[in-house]
Amino acid sequence: MAIALAALGAPAVVLVRDPLKQIVLSGFYGWSLVILFVVLGAPDVALSMLVVGTVGYPLVVLVAIARIRSDKEEGDGE
Amino acid sequence: MSFLPYALAAWICCVGLYGIVTSRNLVHLALCLTVTQSSTYVLLLAIGYVQGGGPPIFKGVKLGTTAVDPVVQALVLTDIVVSVTVLALILALALDVHKEAGTVDPDAIAEMSG
Amino acid sequence: MSRRVRLAVFVPALGVFAALLVWGLVGLPDFGHYVGPYGYLLDRVAVPERHVTNVVTAVVFDYRGFDTLGEEFILFTAVVGVVLLLRGDEPEAPELNDSIGSDLVRVGGVLAVGAALLVGLWLVAFGYLTPGGGFQGGVVVAAAALLVFLVSSYRDWEGIGSEHVLDPLEAVGAGGFVVIGLAALVSGLPFLTNLLGPGTTGTLRSGGSVAFLNWATALEVSAALLVLFSEFLEEYVVPLAAESS
Repeated sequence: MAIALAALGAPAVVLVRDPLKQIVLSGFYGWSLVILFVVLGAPDVALSMLVVGTVGYPLVVLVAIARIRSDKEEGDGE
Repeated sequence: MSFLPYALAAWICCVGLYGIVTSRNLVHLALCLTVTQSSTYVLLLAIGYVQGGGPPIFKGVKLGTTAVDPVVQALVLTDIVVSVTVLALILALALDVHKEAGTVDPDAIAEMSG
Repeated sequence: MSRRVRLAVFVPALGVFAALLVWGLVGLPDFGHYVGPYGYLLDRVAVPERHVTNVVTAVVFDYRGFDTLGEEFILFTAVVGVVLLLRGDEPEAPELNDSIGSDLVRVGGVLAVGAALLVGLWLVAFGYLTPGGGFQGGVVVAAAALLVFLVSSYRDWEGIGSEHVLDPLEAVGAGGFVVIGLAALVSGLPFLTNLLGPGTTGTLRSGGSVAFLNWATALEVSAALLVLFSEFLEEYVVPLAAESS
């Protein structure tokens, strides 16, 4: 059921400590929420969550991770 | 059965809060914050659900058929789009902290002074 | 406080919080037995009054238009915050040699950008008839523009992501919402009254000012997200350019 998927997805996102793996899991969690929203009769909300969870969140977080890593390498190299 | 969606919202909220408090990385913390926000979406939509109701869209559907509450959907959908910008703001702050302090561990940052 | 003290305080507090939350949620009406009259009333009334078949969009832009104005300004303020934090730190216009060589990616990318842009514009235009609306369509349009960066080089993206183009667009979107509301104020009615006639149910000419507010919101959301993406992409690209030069 959609509720079980979301209930499993939330601790999965939280308990994984590495942000890179977390983003992938957060993508799946977002999709489980989309299914839940459709089941609850909210197609507008589901559309919103689908686009935001697939494009918005990963882009912003991946750029942050990449920038932190490259700054760290630069700092180590000095 | 009838309490399950509310229990889900409470569970997701507590899980997200646990993640925020025990986080060792500011980016991980930002994602746990989005999980906590999503619990409010689930709660709002669960409140508005009507048994046997369809989505509140009446194109091609006879007027007067049971539909779920549209007001909570309006609140949630604007919220989801706004949460991206708030996440971006938090991550920009995290990037700034990393430039200043060289680390994104909240515990290490808290010990710095000045 | 140190990490162990923090955890020792947090776990009991979480237990109390969870108990209170469950206690509060048990008092709600049963799942599926929605009690409030507002929802039932709107479902009955929205289509005859405004001739708009997507009741959620009517609520967002008409019945609760003032709340949407507040949300738009949250968006605007958050983007201003990001810009203040991230813009101006880095040197101008890095030279990056990252054009995609593969022809398949470029051709597929051009088709995908066109398709995504069309879908986004359709979601916005028909937002008050079928599921969709300014917010969803705006995000899809921003995603279509971002796809340009993914399938070709950073230099092509700079044309779209330049601050001189996006800042005015975003301001026009946010300001347009306010101006449409003020137009009602000028004629002696309350702010954001739906002035124009409702039109014919189920066609594009319905809902009065919902259509215009829809487009203003879509403009603002897509421009705001593109500003965000461009600031973040600049953060990403600058160290790469420094590396490769």
